[in-house]
Amino acid sequence: MFGQANWLTTKVDSAVGWARKFSIFQYPFVTACCGMEYMATACSHYDVDRFGAGFPRFSPRQADVLFVVGTISHKMAPVLKKIYDQMADPKWVVAFGVCTCTGGFYDNYATVMGIDTIIPVDVYIPGCPPRPENVLDGLMKLQAKIQAQHSGTPLGTSSEAIAAGLHA
Amino acid sequence: MPEPALFSARIQAQFPAGVLATHQFRGDDTVVVRPEALREVAQFLRDDPACACLVLSDATAVDYLKYPSGQEQSPSGTVPTTRFEVVYHLYSLEHNQRVRVKVPVEAAAPQVESLTPVWPAANWFEREIWDMFGIRFAGHPNLKRLLMYEEFDGHPLRKDYPVTKRQPLIGPAT
Repeated sequence: MFGQANWLTTKVDSAVGWARKFSIFQYPFVTACCGMEYMATACSHYDVDRFGAGFPRFSPRQADVLFVVGTISHKMAPVLKKIYDQMADPKWVVAFGVCTCTGGFYDNYATVMGIDTIIPVDVYIPGCPPRPENVLDGLMKLQAKIQAQHSGTPLGTSSEAIAAGLHA
Repeated sequence: MPEPALFSARIQAQFPAGVLATHQFRGDDTVVVRPEALREVAQFLRDDPACACLVLSDATAVDYLKYPSGQEQSPSGTVPTTRFEVVYHLYSLEHNQRVRVKVPVEAAAPQVESLTPVWPAANWFEREIWDMFGIRFAGHPNLKRLLMYEEFDGHPLRKDYPVTKRQPLIGPAT
């Protein structure tokens, strides 16, 4: 009766997804120039609040989407990992800008070649920096992903386990 | 308005044995001093009323490892004789004049006298030079890495640091 595609559970999933995708509490992890585009997106001209994501939390424990905005250095990497681990499930990660996606034009001793080598990433927004329209497009893709998620996904999976799955 | 006297000429007159070379290029004044004389020259540049270089605007280093020494003139007009050079840029607010002081540093156990007692601004510059080039500063109050992490092995701006070498704290090493 309560199988994977049960009528009741799919309706509950749909309602929960709808509620979650319009109440995104973001944690902006802003390290570099992409921060300006993040601010432009957040401010009234583009108004990220239209998508229910207008409320940045400056504690990872109160946030459900981690926006990694800007270049991540190897020195910063353990900090980013700790921030991710401090967030409560369910949680999502957005790689904002090409540096977080792949390292961008940095290929040197200091820069992490994409944050997905450290933490799992849900949406990649490339661009150097991405335009606010691009960011909103990424946000809408994230909302679609949140809407489509099922409660069958085990919550509380550690980032090590998820990262191990990524690299397997 | 008379042309102001060059600081390098003053230094040369004051320390004839300590100065290796001086040159000017488009208004830039440069003096190359012996490592032994660096501290005295710095003190003089700061305290002499005709110089009064109270501002250390920059300190950095150059690795001439792969420089074609002797074959070509370097951009500064001198051919480096040693692997490293430490470069100080000084500014005199009083005379509105700048001077560049360069010190050759040998490749084996590179070390120069710290200028932190002369200009407190040298503190972090020297830490950065130590971090990036591995040049030690004798008498520095706190000579530890500034930008890289303590676990980092080597000095990344040295020309013999492998371009592709990665030393991540976490995550894969590629």
